[in-house]
Amino acid sequence: MRFTLASGILLLVGACGTSSGGEIVVSAASSLTDAFGAVETAYEDAHPGVDVVVNTAGSRALAEQILQGAPVDVFAPADTAVMDRVTDHVADAVVFATNRPALVVPRGNPGGVTGLADLARDDLLVGLCAEGIPCGDVARAALARAEVTVSPATEEPNVRALLTKVEAGELDAGIVYATDAAAGAVETVPITGAPDLVVRYPIAAVTAAPNPGGAADFVAFVLSDDGRAILDEYGFGSP
Amino acid sequence: MLGGVGLLFLALPIAGLLGRVPWSRLGEILASEVVVDALVLSIVSSVWATAIALVLGLPLAWLLARAEFPGKPLVRGLVLLPLVLPPVVAGTALLFALGRRGLLGEPVADATGLVLPFSMGGVVLAATFVAMPFLVITVEGALRSMDPGHEAAARSLGARPWTVLRRVTLPMIAPSIAAGLLLTWARAFGEFGATITFAGNLQGRTQTLPLAVFVALERDRDVAVAISLLMVVVSLGVLVALRDRWLRT
Repeated sequence: MRFTLASGILLLVGACGTSSGGEIVVSAASSLTDAFGAVETAYEDAHPGVDVVVNTAGSRALAEQILQGAPVDVFAPADTAVMDRVTDHVADAVVFATNRPALVVPRGNPGGVTGLADLARDDLLVGLCAEGIPCGDVARAALARAEVTVSPATEEPNVRALLTKVEAGELDAGIVYATDAAAGAVETVPITGAPDLVVRYPIAAVTAAPNPGGAADFVAFVLSDDGRAILDEYGFGSP
Repeated sequence: MLGGVGLLFLALPIAGLLGRVPWSRLGEILASEVVVDALVLSIVSSVWATAIALVLGLPLAWLLARAEFPGKPLVRGLVLLPLVLPPVVAGTALLFALGRRGLLGEPVADATGLVLPFSMGGVVLAATFVAMPFLVITVEGALRSMDPGHEAAARSLGARPWTVLRRVTLPMIAPSIAAGLLLTWARAFGEFGATITFAGNLQGRTQTLPLAVFVALERDRDVAVAISLLMVVVSLGVLVALRDRWLRT
């Protein structure tokens, strides 16, 4: 009985060892959720026995976890400034994808929105992401460059919540990422006057990665042609 | 023993919160415009929600406790549904029903120009929707467990139905109504998911304290912790003060 128990424990320990050896933990920005889901599937297909765990949340929250010593192998935030915060904890970061702000309206464009300047109209309900989260800061930068002042009806806590309210027609317009615009049931109105506003997504292996080999290999996969093809499919631009 | 574990389990997160309070910045944060706006909005909207829940919930509780009608189990299920639904789902459902493109919201908006989402009315509505069941089940339970003999006696002595209700029934269930109001207010005060989904988030208009905490968590954790402390103090104060006053038996 004792023997069985002991060997059982050994088996358990062995199993844990194996699974952590073949596991790659990736912390990625919320806006990468869909794209990295596809990258995970492709990587696992190419590397049988390896389990990629993608942990998505706000970039700042993920950076905070890494600073607190969370066991993460790869970090991919939505902003190079966030990567700079953890610069002592990661290997050299490489920009692997770009995104842009996009002006979206419900299907049929009931508010007759033709450009950023229309967002100043007080007969429209306009939504933005809250200040201090990447999509909110990008939207405000675009508006500032276009010299448009907006009184938003709501400041949503994340980009998907904003997109949902535009899809439902509760808002006449909102500023989200181009990738969200492509994924949502909305129409996109071209933004003129802020063409050079680009969001850069960096990726890096974490120095204290529990699985350093897997971390480096996953980063290389994202930067490879296969990784690029998946990112293209989800609307992310090349750096 | 298990009771002690239970208490510890409930108290521990509050202790964790207290450990993170930025005492040196506390005064400055709590006096800031964002926090004052959110506090005022939270108090006003939760009191409105409680009042509406009382006006609509009392007759509903009476119906469920006293009236017999077909489909009653289904009606009771519907009344309790907001307790089970994730608040985000409740908010989405409200949007489909009462939003600008909603079932009832669209004709109303077309006819009157009244749009509930992104307004304080929307905040009150969301809070009422999720909180009213607390009033209904509390009062319904009291009506059911009440000895019907007192009402029968009053009637046999010639009291009219309205007099029986006012002089016998309501006084007898008053402690339960008070308890129900307290639960309803507490749920409305802490309401988050349905509010942010249905009413959005804008300082001074729809940003209640829980929404302000959520947004602050992304920006400045000290602010989030300070607002949370404020909510704990206000809620605890109200719950302790009112329980002692109303529910002493």
